[in-house]
Amino acid sequence: MTLKEIKKLLQAEVIYGIDKLEEEIQWAGGSDLMSDVLAFGKPGILLLTGLTNAQSIRTANIIDAKAIVYVRGKKPDKEGIKLAREKEIPIFSTKYMMYTACGLLFSHGLPGVSKIQNNK
Amino acid sequence: MSTENGLSKRFEITGGDFGKAGEVSTKIKEILQEIGIDSTIIRRTAIATYEAEMNVVMYAKKAELTLHLTPTKISIRVYDEGPGIENIEVAMQEGFSTATDEMREMGFGAGLGLPNIKKNADRFKISSTPGKGTALDITIYLNQAGKK
Repeated sequence: MTLKEIKKLLQAEVIYGIDKLEEEIQWAGGSDLMSDVLAFGKPGILLLTGLTNAQSIRTANIIDAKAIVYVRGKKPDKEGIKLAREKEIPIFSTKYMMYTACGLLFSHGLPGVSKIQNNK
Repeated sequence: MSTENGLSKRFEITGGDFGKAGEVSTKIKEILQEIGIDSTIIRRTAIATYEAEMNVVMYAKKAELTLHLTPTKISIRVYDEGPGIENIEVAMQEGFSTATDEMREMGFGAGLGLPNIKKNADRFKISSTPGKGTALDITIYLNQAGKK
């Protein structure tokens, strides 16, 4: 699924990364807990989160996440957006809550990371 | 700094500075990327280092983190000045945490940090003196033949 399709499905606003909408996403995961994201996130993941501080972007960068969707209409602050630009991590904001946003993506064919959890 | 035996770099981490938390591990990731290390090795190193850095920020007063890279392995050493860990065996259990609400609001403190460092390392040593501090030694081999 491309970021463009994800943007459309979630009626999301592109905060950074308008030139990266053709990029393909293979799997996604949702959590507000960065400890979980670090433990279970996989390279190339689309991260859905309600945590908007700089740690959300730093964590995404550390695990090689491909993009971040902030749920519940949340957005990172200026520092966070600057960090996302530096690390070239596209960021979106959707008004859907976490469960609905994940459900929409899953029901349209974007799997969760749990399917590949045995790989390091 | 480069030495005949590889590359060594030293970083300082300040406890309680949540604004800068993650900067050292992000820098280490960039260094390894510039050198051209395999992306899976970089990712494992970055995750282990980030977890260690967050532990310092959350619990310790300050720490020194040393990156040492040789042709065969990456070594990360973190020595902190802090409260130390009373019972390492218990602290290594997934889910055990002494985190405060502030730490949890930052998205951390789920009791997964130390187990996740161990998971991403090929060798992991931890020692601690309550009231003084904790020392972590993380090793990740560059040649993964026969390793994790």
